[in-house]
Amino acid sequence: MDFLRPTTWEEALAAKADQPEAMPIQGGTDVMVEINFDVHRPPALLDLGRVPELFTWEQVDGVYRVGAGVPYVRIIEELGEALPGLAQAARTVGSPQIRNRGTVGGNLGAASPAGDSHPPLLAAGAMIEVESRDRGVRMIPAHEFYVGVKKSALEPDELIRAFWTKPASGPQYFSKVGTRNAMVIAVCSFAIALHPEERRVGTGIGSAAPTPRRAPAAEEFLAAELDWDAPLDPAVVRRFEELAAQAASPIDDVRGTADYRRHAISVMARRTLTWAWNDYLRRRAA
Amino acid sequence: MRVSFTVNGRRETVDDVWEGESLLYVLRERMGLPGSKNACEQGECGSCTVYLDGTPVCACLVAAGQAEGREVRTVEGLADGDRLDPVQEAFVECGAVQCGFCTPGLVVQAHDLIERVEQPSDAEIREALAGNLCRCTGYEKILDAVRLAAARKAADR
Repeated sequence: MDFLRPTTWEEALAAKADQPEAMPIQGGTDVMVEINFDVHRPPALLDLGRVPELFTWEQVDGVYRVGAGVPYVRIIEELGEALPGLAQAARTVGSPQIRNRGTVGGNLGAASPAGDSHPPLLAAGAMIEVESRDRGVRMIPAHEFYVGVKKSALEPDELIRAFWTKPASGPQYFSKVGTRNAMVIAVCSFAIALHPEERRVGTGIGSAAPTPRRAPAAEEFLAAELDWDAPLDPAVVRRFEELAAQAASPIDDVRGTADYRRHAISVMARRTLTWAWNDYLRRRAA
Repeated sequence: MRVSFTVNGRRETVDDVWEGESLLYVLRERMGLPGSKNACEQGECGSCTVYLDGTPVCACLVAAGQAEGREVRTVEGLADGDRLDPVQEAFVECGAVQCGFCTPGLVVQAHDLIERVEQPSDAEIREALAGNLCRCTGYEKILDAVRLAAARKAADR
């Protein structure tokens, strides 16, 4: 096995182009588990831990560009106000030790349907910035990034540089079902983001389909039916939770049954919409 | 490959490290530091918690090569000679140790908490220790120990 240690982004891209089968490793919280258990024996590890560009975030024309190597603990502490949905999800990842090392970039690279970052990225309409030495930068919308179980749109010679997302323009919530409050892989999860100035609501479903995905019919329904000047109509909420559950295509597995997941998605859709709407009305009244 | 880093203040170098090897394996099997425990190898139990450049991490999830040139502090590096760290003392006094397997990880994680938070609430203590599993104590004595260590530390400040 090779151990590649680039110290700049250019070097990292060159290393990936020369050895596309090299496995990128950042915090190691996914990659090392697979190596420790011999699930995976990649021909090379590409350590991105010394690439300083990946550990910074900036605002470009009002949009946050967050380096793929920014660990969850910094998402929570430094970006919690701007990206509240993602920060809530980050708080549910593993344990403090895991949040000190684990990154959104790693979550994207693994592209597990259960990854906690994905639903809030989908709900917020984030873009994923990927790059290769030979073909340059591609910007991939989050909802086109996840293409199969643990498969992303990333090409073998590409690396994830950052994700881009606007600061929240309205309330955002993340909800997750698990057996305890810490160290839990989602049985299923749901994220919501209100975009009041666009009169639109974004959604993200986790761990209830082969990939993380939005609930497009539920979003379209809310865009058409929500009265942004009034309390939530219970009939609208009921239809929204039905449509959210229909967007899922879960399976039975060790963590839960498909029926349970579908039900839990409808409950979380109702709760997160209600929480977000209450916040929205309160902020408007203030 | 050769890996070289500072551990408990001393520069150490080891050769013939397999590239997929964890920091935990290097510490325990190559550097003679068995304090950090090897249990789950997947970041679930916290028994291998060490400081890496001042941040508590699961040593089983750090590739050895990622520690190159960095600073590692293990449970062996907390005491000052024969004088235990206040967190270690509190664990002994409160009976927070039964079989002892989870203790090194809990001590390092609790050490970090009371360094960062002067008077942690019970909720903060529970949150900080959420990634450290203990199958003997039921955690109550561990919580007592962290409260005691935090109170002593606050009195010293």
